[in-house]
Amino acid sequence: MTKNNEETSVESEAKTSQEIEDEERKTPFQMSFQRFMKNKLAVVGVVVLVLMVLMAVFAPLLTSHDPTKSDLMLVENKPSAEHILGTDGSGRDNFARLLYGSRISLIVGFSAMLFTLFFGIVTGAAAGYYGGKVDAIIMRIADLIYALPFFVLALTIIAIVEEVTIGIFVTIIAITTWPNLSRIIRGSFLTLREQEFILSAQSIGANDFRIIFKHFIPNTMGPIVVNATLMMATMIIIESGMSFIGMGIPQPTPTWGNMISEAQSIRILRDHPEAWLPPGLFILVTVLSINFIGDGLRDAFDPKSGDN
Amino acid sequence: MSAKINNDVVTEKDTLVKISNVKKYFPVKGGILRRPINFVKAVDDVSFTVQKGETLGVVGESGCGKSTLGRVVLNLLPSTSGHIHFKDEEITDKSTRQMRPLRKEMQMIFQDPFSSLNTKMSVRELIEEPLIVQSNFSKEERREKVEHMVEKVGLRIADLVKYPHEFSGGQRQRISIARALILEPSFIVCDEPVSALDMSIQAQVLNLMKDLQEEFNLTYLFISHDLNVVNHMSDRVAVMYLGRIVEIASNESIYEDPLHPYSQILLQSIPTVSEENQDKATLSGELPSPLDPPSGCAFRTRCPFAHDLCKEVRPELREIKEGHYAACHLYNEDNEKAFTKQGEIE
Repeated sequence: MTKNNEETSVESEAKTSQEIEDEERKTPFQMSFQRFMKNKLAVVGVVVLVLMVLMAVFAPLLTSHDPTKSDLMLVENKPSAEHILGTDGSGRDNFARLLYGSRISLIVGFSAMLFTLFFGIVTGAAAGYYGGKVDAIIMRIADLIYALPFFVLALTIIAIVEEVTIGIFVTIIAITTWPNLSRIIRGSFLTLREQEFILSAQSIGANDFRIIFKHFIPNTMGPIVVNATLMMATMIIIESGMSFIGMGIPQPTPTWGNMISEAQSIRILRDHPEAWLPPGLFILVTVLSINFIGDGLRDAFDPKSGDN
Repeated sequence: MSAKINNDVVTEKDTLVKISNVKKYFPVKGGILRRPINFVKAVDDVSFTVQKGETLGVVGESGCGKSTLGRVVLNLLPSTSGHIHFKDEEITDKSTRQMRPLRKEMQMIFQDPFSSLNTKMSVRELIEEPLIVQSNFSKEERREKVEHMVEKVGLRIADLVKYPHEFSGGQRQRISIARALILEPSFIVCDEPVSALDMSIQAQVLNLMKDLQEEFNLTYLFISHDLNVVNHMSDRVAVMYLGRIVEIASNESIYEDPLHPYSQILLQSIPTVSEENQDKATLSGELPSPLDPPSGCAFRTRCPFAHDLCKEVRPELREIKEGHYAACHLYNEDNEKAFTKQGEIE
């Protein structure tokens, strides 16, 4: 009986120590995740963004109206039970356009970010890893793009292409914004290059590909993720801005930006706040929550920066 | 010239690594055109051999070029001139790509256990990586080898899932050692492997390295600024000063009867507990800038025995006693001759 007791007690003790060890043992990623979850604002940002995405995905379930179908008998109607936010200058349902518009805004923001990320990582990694001539060439191209004002460059390209599709639009944003990310990644690479673990990877005979993707990139993940997130917010703003001045995604495709462009008319600005206020607020809330997420990620990856 | 002398000594034994007249100059660029205006002579005309199974210790002050030497020997840094032979194969001009298959034979243990391990990789990934890069073992074979090796260096299999930040310096250095040994190399450059560790941990790690050397028949090039550590580890010792080897001899010979004034002063400066240290000679002044080394003998600015000859002629490494080489005019019987010879040239 006593022996039994002893055995169980020893067993339970072993178990607890094992459990403690399990609790303490966290991968660097898990530790970052935990720090992120402590940031309330960032978590709220995630929740809001998830809601936005759900709204975009399930738009057809939330409204029965077609966002592109115009009805000239219903131009600039006030809100009613049928059209919660009224209709726009072409008689399209504003609420449907708001829901479907989130698709375009989020898709443009996300894909432009991915595209830029790809460009930025490839060029930044090449410049930072190889240095010398490769570095000089890439950085001079980056300087060139930097030197041109973004809107002028973007407007020029848009003026040249025949029809602005989402793909073209995203490409334009990506080729005009990659230098930012490229410089950040190059900078991190230059710092990391002096670390002994890079020399250690070289000393075992690892090839460039492995050194870049197994050693450099994971250690640059913090700045990459943070900048990618913040960039997505910028992309959404850019899309809205371009659409607002009529140089973005063309009508009748609904986007938040070209919904606000309706407000260019003083009459609508004054008499129909329901037409431009909701898309404006949606842009604000989305961009704000993405920025909160970005801040949260920065604190999570680099606990030394930031106040808390 | 010094290379020839060294070669004579080692004919009967198996030579694993032979470097002759190796130089590593780092250009200092300046001016508008960014042309090299000067050179830091980090390694200047160094020759030696390392025998199979022995440990060659390299000692010297910080900044004397010993770490650079270690990297040049492994061709991780390209040498400016000279020849490096590894197992009868010249590796001096091999490109990074050509070096890759040879890397499994030669490994390095780094000084700083905190920056030499990628913190984003688990211990298993760290130790396994050389196998993935260099061998065709199956996943199962790799797992076995990693688990075998991790126990060899005194860690537990349970530690494999952990990350470097969960370990102390000594344990991290054990991970580094496991990583270096997993490919079963024949030659390992140890670049101050214990200088970042506590005294008590140093002994553990050093003894581990000694045990592993015996077990795997390893050859070490052991770089350190700590004379006690080098004494503990080495079969032969090379003393470096400002990029040059000033003395090279067997461990006993150099610690019992150092010939070069620099070695003598270095050995006297080892801290001991006894009280008779008061009248010890210590090194005065700073290490001269390797950008502008003194003419003749590089040590003459701090040497208590310096005379005119030292200013003009750089002493070559020559055999003073059997197997004991030093580069100093004090032991040159033809001092006179060398002096006049120099005079004639002028």
